[in-house]
This record gives sequence, structure tokens and C-alpha cells, in this order.
Amino acid sequence: MSVNNFTEPKFLVGPILRVLNRVRRQYIQNPVSTLHTLCNDVVCKMFRNQYDTDVTTWSPAGRLFQVEYAMEAVKQGSAAIGLRSKSHVVLACVNKANSELSSHQKKIFKVDDHVGVAIAGLTADGRVLSRYMRNECINYFYTYESQLPVGRLVVQLADKAQVCTQRSWKRPYGVGLLVGGLDESGAHLYYNCPSGNYFEYQAFAIGSRSQAAKTYLERKFVSFMASSRENLIKDALFALRETLQGEKLTSSACTIAVVGVGEAFHILDQETVQALINEFEIAGEEAAAPDQAGVDEPSAADDQAAPVDQSAAPMDM
Amino acid sequence: MNSFDSNPATNSLISSEADSQRTLYPYVTGTSVVGIKYKDGILLAADMGGSYGSTLRYKSVERLKPVGKHSLIGASGEISDFQEIMRYLDDLILSDNMWDDGNSLGPKEVHNYLTRVMYNRRNKFNPLWNSLVLGGVKNGQKYLGTVSMIGVHYEDNHVATGFGNHLARPLLRDEWRENLTFEEGVILLEKCMRVLLYRDRSAVNKLQIAKITEEGVTISPPYSLKTFWNFSAFENPTHGAEGSW
Repeated sequence: MSVNNFTEPKFLVGPILRVLNRVRRQYIQNPVSTLHTLCNDVVCKMFRNQYDTDVTTWSPAGRLFQVEYAMEAVKQGSAAIGLRSKSHVVLACVNKANSELSSHQKKIFKVDDHVGVAIAGLTADGRVLSRYMRNECINYFYTYESQLPVGRLVVQLADKAQVCTQRSWKRPYGVGLLVGGLDESGAHLYYNCPSGNYFEYQAFAIGSRSQAAKTYLERKFVSFMASSRENLIKDALFALRETLQGEKLTSSACTIAVVGVGEAFHILDQETVQALINEFEIAGEEAAAPDQAGVDEPSAADDQAAPVDQSAAPMDM
Repeated sequence: MNSFDSNPATNSLISSEADSQRTLYPYVTGTSVVGIKYKDGILLAADMGGSYGSTLRYKSVERLKPVGKHSLIGASGEISDFQEIMRYLDDLILSDNMWDDGNSLGPKEVHNYLTRVMYNRRNKFNPLWNSLVLGGVKNGQKYLGTVSMIGVHYEDNHVATGFGNHLARPLLRDEWRENLTFEEGVILLEKCMRVLLYRDRSAVNKLQIAKITEEGVTISPPYSLKTFWNFSAFENPTHGAEGSW
């Protein structure tokens, strides 16, 4: 219980004495809840949420704050975008290195010939989950000589994430996964959340400044289902540019991957991506920057300062 | 020498207690299964006999069964192990259906699953004493394969188990062709089954033919083949053998 952190600086003496009297009276009636009430009155001024220590503690409003904080970690990661047509899925992400000396963080993983994943959040957690997905795909292929349908893979992944929301000795995975893959009915894009929820999407974006990309995708998603492979990649690059807030889009700062019916999952190499950027003239002019900045600023504030207690809990959507 | 010693299960000098936990020999067995691909799908044929050693004891054993929507299985060998395999497959198909997601296991997947099961049991020295034929159609693709009790598996346009390999497959190698009609396929299978009936001592004259197409599975009711035993070569068979009767 949080009582362990309780210390007695002078300014708390007044409230404590008042509370102690009340506690004395309450204790006679109900010893068990008295301790809880004590924490309530004295300690609540010190922590934002006193129900957020354990993932296995509910808040009175019916929320699991640790899970929501895990989803917060996803929002802090750099942007990842996915879109899909009937036969192809494109995953794109921003790959900024910490300094010129270091290499880029790997955010897109090939899981099998027919499935790939883009992550945002704690990349270590993402790497571990990618390894789990690779194992599942390979074991399925060993038994059935046929590819694990991506719809079944994401359910297994979601069930694995759910376990971490219901064990006091674990913590939720701090990574959001955009899973793109094929099954019998064509190409699919899913988003797997630290809460253990998963949804299928036509197009989606996660990570910091993803709202700008989502706005772009919302305008254009109706045409995606029938889109050609090239147009799908073009739209992915445009959406990616939206998240850069006026910065120049270059192939060194982004990664694109494609999977489709008859096309194994692979990451496009840098020359190909740069050629596509040049062809579609996506780099972004200086003149266009003010327009985008106007759209992006309010949404950037949203991403970073999302007050959890005011809006509806994200996992309730 | 008393009967106590001659029964291996009770004589701990010959066998250990652990032996009673694994299959050493089959008891009630089915004989050959023959399968061919034809224009619309797969045809399988098997008789309905269950032999108890050299006795033709059971004569209504169904050795051809459907598996899910897309597959058909035929088994020869120990009948109780076949029943166990059907239990595994029923569980497998049930779990597959419970996903309820538009994906389903096709004949290739079922064949591979069975291969893994048979091979794993063989590695534990506790085999399922069967030779299986697995056929099916999914999304227009025809599939016909076989698995043995030691896990040997392969696919082909025509397969058989047991005596069928020696008596039926040579006929099929000569007479099978792509896109046989249903009638032609049945005639070809009946020819194979007739030869097996004449020459395999564990065959009985009561068989079923099963068909699987994109639409589904049909297993025929049991029927008999016409046989002819009055070939002149069968009359007076020991005519030229000096000293024989």
C-alpha cells in the first residue's frame, strides 16, 4: 500500500490530527476500510492517482491506470503508419537517429513472408513481441505447412498482452504494433494495443504527431481498398510527411515496407524510397510548411499533454 | 511350459510393464485404401472389412470418413487407432471452426498435421498403427496424399495403402490420366478393388467409394463387386503338378 511512502513533514500535522480523530471513530465500526480511508484523505494530495501503483488495481471510475500509462508510452514513440488495399499492406515509419554518430532504431520487423509489423513505443518490448510472432508463424508452418492467418496471429498477440494486465508481478507491454499481413480473404491491417485490444483498420497511425497523419488518412481512406500498390506507397509517404511538421522528408529518415498477394514482406531499400519521394515530389517545399504547421500545432499539443483523467479512457474506444 | 509364461504381457522376464503402455502389434485391422484424383476432385475406395488376425471378423467397418469441409480420410491398419485419429481430427476441426474467422484448414494442412502426429508417435516407440490416405479440394486445388505409421508421407495423383501399393498402383500407373470423369474414375477404382478382392486374403466383397469435390463429401452406401471364378485356369489347378492333388 502507498502508506509505505508516508512521511511526516510539519505542514501535514494539522490535517493528520483531524483525520486521526475521525479515524479513531471509524475504526470502531470498520477496521478494514479505515486504513483505506486514511490513505484517501491524507495521501491523495501527494499523488495524482493513488490507484495507479498496481496494474491489478481498479480506479473507482473503472479504469486501469497502469494500462493507460502504457498506452501513453506508445504515444511518445516516433510515428508509425499503416494502410491497406484489397491485396497489399504498406507500413511506414519515421526513423530518426539520436545523433549523427548512431544508427537508426529498427521499428519495422518482418515476421514471416506474409506478415510484418511496425512498432511505436518501447522498442525493446516490440522486439520481444516480434520474436514471439515469428515463433508462432514458424511453428504453425511446421505443423500445417501453410501460413498462419494474420487474423489469428493478432488474437494470440492480444491475448498475450492481456495477461500482463491481469498479473500483479507483470507490467503491460509499452508498445503499439501495426500488424500488416495476408490471410485467405486478402490483405489486412491490425493495431495491437498494450491493453490487449486489437482492431482492424483501413489505415492508421500511431506515435508522436500521428494525429496529423490520421487527418490526412481520414480524408483519403475511402479510395485505399481499390488502390494500386504504387498509389498506396505514395499515400503512405504523404501521410509520413504530415508527421514531420514541415521538415524535409528524406529516405534516410524513414522506412517503408510492403506485403501483398504474391509479394513477400520486405523493406524497401533506401534508393527505391528516395526515388519514390522524388517521383511523387513529396519532399515538401518551404512554402508549404506554414500550412502544415497551422494544422499540426494543435494536434501536437493533444498528443503530448493528453490529460488522462479528463478524456475517456483510450482503451474504452 | 505353462500358459502363464507364454503370454508376454504377464511374463516380466520377456516384457516390462512399460510395454503394456505402447502398441506392439495390431489386433483388428483394415486392408487397402485406394485413392485417385479426377476432374472434379478426389475419389477414395476401401472395403468394409475388419480382420482379427486371419479371421475376417467384422464386415461393416467404415474406413472412409469426412474431415471438416474440405477433406476425406481413409485408413488401413489398426481400427482402434483410426478411431483415435478421428478424435484428434474432430478436436482439430472444432478448434479451427471456433475461430469463426473465414479461414479454414484445407487438406494440405490436415495431411501435414497427421504427418506430425504419426511421426511423433513413431519416435516415442508407440505408433498409431495405420496407413492413411488424405484427399480433398480447396479453392479449386485438388490434393491427395498419404502418411504411413512411421511418418513417411507424400502426395501424388494416385495413392494406395498396404496391398494396394503392389496390386492397384501398377494398374493406375498405366490407366490413370488427368481429368477423368466421375464414371471413368469409379470404373478404374472398381477394377483395382476387384483385383484386390481376388488376390488379398483380407479383402471382403463389400466396399464403399467416397467422392470429395468443392461442393462437399459423398460416401456411397456399401455395395459388392461382381466376381467371376470360372476362368479355365482356375479349373483343375493342379493338373500339371506331379504328386499334387
